[in-house]
Order: sequence, then C-alpha cells, then structure tokens
Amino acid sequence: MSGERYTKDHDFVRVEGDAAVIGITDFAQSQLGDIVFVELPTPGQRVSRGGQLATIESVKAASEVYAPLSGEVVEVNAALEATPARVNEDPLGEGWLVRLRVDVPAELEELMDEDAYRAFLESGG
Amino acid sequence: MRYLPLTQEDRAQMRAAIGVSDVDALYADVPADLRLDGPLDLPRGKSEIEVERLLGAMAQRNLSASRAPFFVGAGAYKHHIPASVDHLIQRSEFLTSYTPYQPEISQGTLQYLFEFQTQVAMLTGMEIANASMYDGSTACAEAALMAHRITKRRKAVLSGGLHPHYAEVLRTISHFASDEVVSLAPDVLAHEDLAATIDESVSCLVVQTPDVFGNLRDLTPLAEACHRHGALLIAVFTEAVSLGLVTPPGEMGADIVVGEGQSLGNPLSFGGPYLGLFATRLSYLRQTPGRLCGETVDADGRRGYVATLSAREQHIRRDKATSNICTNSNLCALAFSIHLSLLGEAGLRRLARVNHANAVDLAERLARIPGVETLNESFFNEFTLRLPCDAARLVENMAEAGVLAGVPVSRLLPDAGLDDLLLVASTEVNTPQDREAFVAALRGAL
Amino acid sequence: MLDHPEDFGPETFSGNRGLDQEEPPIFEIGRPETTGVDMDEPPPVASRLGGLERKRPIGLPGLSEPEAMRHYVRLSRKNYSIDAGLYPLGSCTMKHNPRLNEKIARVEGFADVHPLQPQSTAPGALALMEELARWLLELTGMSTIALSPKAGAHGELCGLMAIKAALEARGEAATRKTILIPQSAHGTNPASAALLGFQARVIEAGADGVVSEEAAAAALGPDVAAIMLTNPNTCGLFERNVVGIARRVREAGGYFYCDGANFNAIAGVARPAEMGVDAMHLNLHKTFSTPHGGGGPGSGPVVLSERLAPFAPVPFLARDGETLRLVEQRQGTQSLGRLTAFHGQFGTFVRALAYILSHGSDGLAQASRDAVLSANYLRVALRDVMTQPFGDRACMHEVLFDDAFLEGTGVTTLDFAKAMIDEGYHPMTIYFPLVVHGAMLIEPTESESKRSLDLFVATMRALVASAKRGETRRFTGAPRYAPRRRLDEAAAARKPVLRWSAA
Repeated sequence: MSGERYTKDHDFVRVEGDAAVIGITDFAQSQLGDIVFVELPTPGQRVSRGGQLATIESVKAASEVYAPLSGEVVEVNAALEATPARVNEDPLGEGWLVRLRVDVPAELEELMDEDAYRAFLESGG
Repeated sequence: MRYLPLTQEDRAQMRAAIGVSDVDALYADVPADLRLDGPLDLPRGKSEIEVERLLGAMAQRNLSASRAPFFVGAGAYKHHIPASVDHLIQRSEFLTSYTPYQPEISQGTLQYLFEFQTQVAMLTGMEIANASMYDGSTACAEAALMAHRITKRRKAVLSGGLHPHYAEVLRTISHFASDEVVSLAPDVLAHEDLAATIDESVSCLVVQTPDVFGNLRDLTPLAEACHRHGALLIAVFTEAVSLGLVTPPGEMGADIVVGEGQSLGNPLSFGGPYLGLFATRLSYLRQTPGRLCGETVDADGRRGYVATLSAREQHIRRDKATSNICTNSNLCALAFSIHLSLLGEAGLRRLARVNHANAVDLAERLARIPGVETLNESFFNEFTLRLPCDAARLVENMAEAGVLAGVPVSRLLPDAGLDDLLLVASTEVNTPQDREAFVAALRGAL
Repeated sequence: MLDHPEDFGPETFSGNRGLDQEEPPIFEIGRPETTGVDMDEPPPVASRLGGLERKRPIGLPGLSEPEAMRHYVRLSRKNYSIDAGLYPLGSCTMKHNPRLNEKIARVEGFADVHPLQPQSTAPGALALMEELARWLLELTGMSTIALSPKAGAHGELCGLMAIKAALEARGEAATRKTILIPQSAHGTNPASAALLGFQARVIEAGADGVVSEEAAAAALGPDVAAIMLTNPNTCGLFERNVVGIARRVREAGGYFYCDGANFNAIAGVARPAEMGVDAMHLNLHKTFSTPHGGGGPGSGPVVLSERLAPFAPVPFLARDGETLRLVEQRQGTQSLGRLTAFHGQFGTFVRALAYILSHGSDGLAQASRDAVLSANYLRVALRDVMTQPFGDRACMHEVLFDDAFLEGTGVTTLDFAKAMIDEGYHPMTIYFPLVVHGAMLIEPTESESKRSLDLFVATMRALVASAKRGETRRFTGAPRYAPRRRLDEAAAARKPVLRWSAA
C-alpha cells in the first residue's frame, strides 16, 4: 500500500512504517475555517473504528474526527497545541493529528483511494 | 394600542401585497382545534395609568426594605446603589441591545464584559472569569459539573455551611444527571471535618465562605487536602462585598470560585434577576461554561473585543457543550461592574469595613440581651443568633413591630432542629438607630 | 469631494472621529485611590474576621462619577439597540421594550423586597406572581406553571427534569433514555438533553420543512423518553402535524416538550395545550418584551400538563383559602426539586406583567397577528430576489431564506450580513437553523412600522442587486462604518486574552 486513503468524513490515512498517520483533508480544513484548538487522544489509548478520535474546533464550529480504523494511539501531534493553524496550512503534512497502530491493516483497503476521493468530492460528497 | 405601530390602513395594504383578505389565512397550517374562536377570557388592554394603578397597588402591599430597619441576608443583601448605576444601565444601548453576536456593533457590551471579567478575576484572586451565569446557585451547580468533567469523577461533597438553596440546586441537577452528592449536616459552628470526606472517588468539595451561618473559613488546608487526592476545591460566596475585606478564595488554593454578585449594583427584587459569578484557573479554560469575552484586533489593527471560544457553547457544540446556558445575566453584570468601578479599590475596602463594623456593633448590642447568643467565632456582615424561642415566630412578631429582623434558619432548613437560630445581616444601610430599633424590638418580642 | 468609498479623509490626531469616540478600558483610566462613592470611615472595631483579612491589594481601578459617566456613555454609543434600529433577528423576537415596564419594576414595593423576608410582608409580590401565572396559563391553555427557571435554556432543563421525574415514577427512567430532536432545533435543546443523560436522536423534517407523523412514528420506540419540538419551528413554519405527532408520542409512552421560543406568532391566537404539549417554556425576554440587556437576564417559566404537574419544581405558589404562599420545600410532594436559589426572576415578572396588562387579551392577539403579517409582508417583498429553501408559502412570524440567491456572486451570507451593518441594520440571524445552507432567518416583530419595513426591504433589495452586479468589495470589506471593522476571531480563540493586564 502506498499513498493516502480517504474516508467519507474527509479524513486521510497514510501508512508510515508500522503505524498509520491520520488527519483531515484539505477540503475538511477549508470547510472548518480557521482552526483554533485541537483536542487529541492520549498515547496508549485504544480507539474503535467509528469511535471518537479527536475534536477540531474552529471559531464557528466544532467537528468530531472519528477513527477510520481500530487501533492504539501511538503518538499525537503535540505541536498543534501551540499552533493549531498547522491543520489549515498543511493538513496532510505538518497538520497531522494522530499516529495509530492499526489492528487490522487490511481494513485500509476498504477506504477510498485518491481517485475515488476526488470523484467523491466532485459528486458533492 | 400604543405599542403597535401598524394602522388599519397599513394592515390592509400589507394584506393586499401578500394576497390575503384576512390575516388568519396566514395561520392555515395551524389546525382549527388549536385556534381560539375569540379573545381569551381575560381583561382587555389597559392604559399606562391603569397599569400603574393596578401594579402599584400590589407593590403597596409589600413592606419594602427601605421602610423598616432591615437585617435580612442569607444570600441576598441590601446595599446602597449609587444613582449613576441605574441611570446608566437604562441607556437604550445597554438596556435594549442584543447578545453581542455581531461584535462590530457590540463593542460597548463586549468591552464592559471584558472589564467585568477582569474585575471578577481580581476580586476572587483567580486567573479567569466568565461573563456571568444566572445566579450564584446555578453557577455553583455548573462548577460541580465542570469538576466532574475535569476529574472524570462524579461525586461532589458539600459542606454543611453551604447555603441550603445552593445545595438543593446541586442535588437536583445531580439526581437527574446521575451524579452523586454527599451533603454534610448543617454546620452552624464551622466545626465539620471536611478533609476527612475527600478520597479518590470525590471530584470536588464545595465550601462556602462566609458560609450561610456567617462563619469565615480558611480554605487553604481544604485546598491542600483536595489536591492530594486529585479533587477540586470549589469555593462559594453569597456576599460579594466580603471580598473587599477577606482573603479571596484564589489566594487560598481554590480551583473554581463561584458566587452571587447581587450585592453590587443590583436591587433585592424579591429574588431575581441576580448575578452568577464564575472564576477559575486558566488551565481549565476549555471546560469553563458560559460566555467568554476576549480581546483581539480588527481589520484596521485597532484593539477590540469578541465573544470567544464559542465552540464550548450550546449554539455550536450542541449535545457536547460544556453547558446548555445561552442567556447570561448581562445587564446585572453591567450594573455590578459600574458599581465596582465607582467604588474602586479604596471604596470597596471602605464599604466592606463599614459592613463589618456595623455587624460587630450589632453583635455587641445583642450580647447584652439575656438569653440571646451570637454563635460565630468569626463573621463578616452576617451572623447566627441563638434565641430562647422559635425564630420564625419571633421574626413574624418583629415584622409586625416594623423590623425586618433576619432569616430564621428553619426557613432554609425546616427539619434540622435549628428552629431557635436566626441569621442576621447588617450592611452599610443600617444606622445606629436601626440597630437600636432591632434590639428594642427583639427585647419586646422575647 | 470624496468619491472613493475608501477615502475617509485625513486621520485625526485623537483617533476619534467626531461623535465616534475611542474609549480605553477602566484599568487604563481609573486609579486605586479614586472613588466615586463617598462614605465615612467607620469607627474602629475589634475585628471578628478570624485572621482572614485580605493581605494583598485587589488591583481594582476606581473612577470618579464624571469619569464613570463618560466611560460608560461612550461605551454605550458603540452598541446597536432595538431603541435605535430594527433587529430582524429570527427566533429572538426583538420587539420594543416599553419603559413603563422599567418604571414599575423599580417601584420600591417591588425592587426593594427581599425574597426571604416573611411571606406575610410581601403578599403583593406573591399576588403579582399569581397574576402572571394566570395569564400565561390562560394563553397556553395549560394547568400548571413553574415560574422559577431563569432563562429559556433553564426552562428546558426544568421540563426535561419533570419528564425524567415522571419516568422515574413509572419505573421507566432506565429504559427510556432517548429524546427525539429535529436537526433544526436550537442548540440548547440537545445540550439540555445531554446534561441530563439523555441521548439525542435526530429526526428529519420533510421537504416541506416540517416533521411528518410518519417520521416521528418511525423514530419512536420503547427507548424514547420524549420528543422536543419547537413550534412554530426555527424555519418559521408551524409544525402542522403536531397533533398527530403528539398523539403518537403519547401512545408510545413518551412525553412532548415544546420549545416556546417562537410563541410570538401564536400568543392569543392558538393554544399549545391543544397540541398535546406536556411541557413548554416561554421566554419572557422574547415574547413578553422584557429587555435583552445585551445578553440577559432572561426568564423561562415552564407550563406543565396535568401528568407532569405533580413534579413541578419548588418553590411553587399554593393557596390556603385566602392566603397565597410559596411552598419552598419538596418534602411531602413529588416535586423534582429546586432549580435556583430564591423564587425566580421576579423583576422580569413585573416587566412581563406590565406588558401583558398593557396589551390585554385583545392587544396580545393583535400583536401576534401583526408579527405574522409583517413577516409575510417581508416575504413577498423579497421573494423574487432572495431564495426560500422550502418554497414560497405563508410563514409564521419569521421568514427563512438560504444563500442560493448569492451563488456565483462571491458574497457569502456572512459578507451580506456585514454589509447590512454599514446600511445601519443589525443583521438577521445567520447560519441558523443548521438544516439550511447559509441560512438567513428574518423576524421583524410587530413593533416595526410599515415605513420601517419598507425602508428595510428597499435596502435589502439594493444589497442583493449590488451583489448580483459583482460589487463584491462592498460586502467582503464590510463593515466600514461600524465602531470596529471585522475582528480577528481566530486570534481571539487561539491565544485567548480574557482579562486586562498591564502590557
């Protein structure tokens, strides 16, 4: 597997080594507006697929990020506490949210690839 | 009708523009069963004179605090409000403005809220304060809920010196939110061992000082005990003027400070509207309920103010909000802030000294009455009197003699065996003659 | 000649612009030793403070009376207000705040009475509460009222607690933990439900903007405690299936909470009791004209059906023959408990009753009809230039538009709202309800003259035309003429500064 995978909730998942990096897509950050605060889980915490992973607050909204896969939180992007704007500026890079050790790597295949996500966006998803 | 600008001709023109001959056609979606056939069985509209006469007659039936020597406290206090305060809050732009959701045209409101938040934080010795809650009792309940969110525990321990109404409010919400409350027995002499009640299951300790019986409590050892067990200390006050003379809870280690602000700027008004004050640590900011006002700049780089961190609130966070509160006690907060700005540090301290001096004077005069005993070791402007008789009956008798003598403890705690206790407050509105009248009436009633 | 809209002329030396004056916070004006309140120093007394005197200064500034007056007057002039202009705010009911109400609320026999002085010394206050209760019960057709909730959201809490208390009495509180709430509901609805441990389940309105009986029936089940409906709803429409929905909910063992924020459309015209309502809060600061005060105080009394009446909170009024008294203790009753210290927003009761007596049964009904008439007048005057999400049909006291008409203009609902500020209007409610894209909810109330409505229409039409002509800068650069231009809310949230400090 290479490249990102995407969910209908506009999250991305990217495998790096034995963990998956999770964050939100550029579309998602543009919808949220200026992000002011990110609430992240604690390393060691277990999450189930579909369960609440993080919360992103902008001035006008608060958005839950649900775990696209089940697993254990290995690392969170602590830099976001001081500079939440990174999620706006570089959502797929410096604005990553959580690094997860995934229970069932095969579940990644069920997510959309880049082409499918682009089509999803264009269809008004 | 004087409040309805539309004339019959206006209405006709508007109906024509809409395309209906009868305005009731616009109610077509309302099922016929719900619609009234005619006007309600209630009086027709009245002129100003008639309304004044009717309601004025109701007001005349009440004995107001300015027409009798007045010693009633127990959570609401009569203080002198400078004439400018009421004049200013009645300015159109303060009285009739809306919530500051459009900050560019609400800078008046936002700036005074910013000033208010700062004043409350200073008074309580805490880092941040919100833009007010409904009143002290609901602020207290919100503080406990906040402590539960922070500690992830769900048990609150309430001091026996907490105002019984506050305790009841907390117990009510806790019952329906499935949280646990341990209420200690009424603690007239401030002798309870609160520290012994704290363990790892407790989220917060709720302690009032000055307490409902008037006792001043040192919160420092309680704060330490709480923190040792990972619990929060919630400090409560019902008499804001006390903070002019007494060590504030923030300097004693409190984590959340809540209280009633009615004493400054706001009349007694038979119980409301009052003013909930809420202050806490900066680290608890995101868990704080209520509106918050913050400083920022506008597009031209000029300093300005906005309601901020709204993502905590109901209109954004909905079922995950820190509270369901929408309206605050805004205009009462303005009155508080204006009064406090007029007093300033020097004025507030002097006001507090006058209150204390008047209460001490009254206590000394009462000490000369046989059978009557002031129970407090310490107090600010309110203390508990033990009487040789039923306090409620005595208060009724003294009222008939034209003295409003205080609050019988049985009014707040009817089955606690404290029927001989009376809460007596003495603020700057008493004169020595008032206090003498109290003593004379008391002697007469005993 | 100024012919460029950006050209304001030379900068002034003071930073003021004529009557638009800058004013720093009190901490930059006042001094700790100044006071605007004269008081004699008390005679020295033996301190009874138990060693807990304040040791450190507080840091509070003091102002003389002239300084205070100037400070607050200048601040006031930076605020819009209903006295100064129309607030077309949907769901807020910004009607005129009569000054008679203020005068009467300040009468000594109302303002200067303590809630805990003997009840026998305040019979007039109790009589006023009873009279207000009588009117509100008659207007709603309900049997019991709780006066103590301090605001609408507090009233919601009260109503939901009464429902939970009733479920507990039936032994069903553990199994019925779901509350059905439309997505269009005000945020306080799900927030109140969540506070009490309920799960909010969303029910959808149909394409016609209201909830169908079928949708309600499909969502009902043995786990449902209640449905919360706003009626008229937040889209400005009457929930016309409400009677059928209420019956289904009752048959399924649930209760019906009605959010009465929009009562201004139907007060004196229709009665919620016939809808099958179990609990409904009223907003005295909306329907009954008590002033908004910049955000509060409010008052949210709750009317209760017969099956919820036993659970009403303390204190409640009761009659002992001739004597009216407040029952303050829940012992011996099924009361859900106490919601607030003391008795509720009495000062607000006085104002609301003055409003009610002034209008009377005839005036109240006329006011509601005028409110609905005015909203529909705006609807027909704007419908050809603005877009309605549920098609064009009669609305109640407020009319809902979405941002479809702005498509392709580069102007958002927010930008449009800010341009209204430059035109001298407070914007309408925006981005609420959530079910509609770029929502604009307009509620004129009955307090606007036809002249005022026509001027508003003309301005709105001119703004729409301007947007369609591509004059985007007018909107994205707005407001220009307000005391402040657009404020950086992101910075305020990222690095919160919530109190003044010396730089």
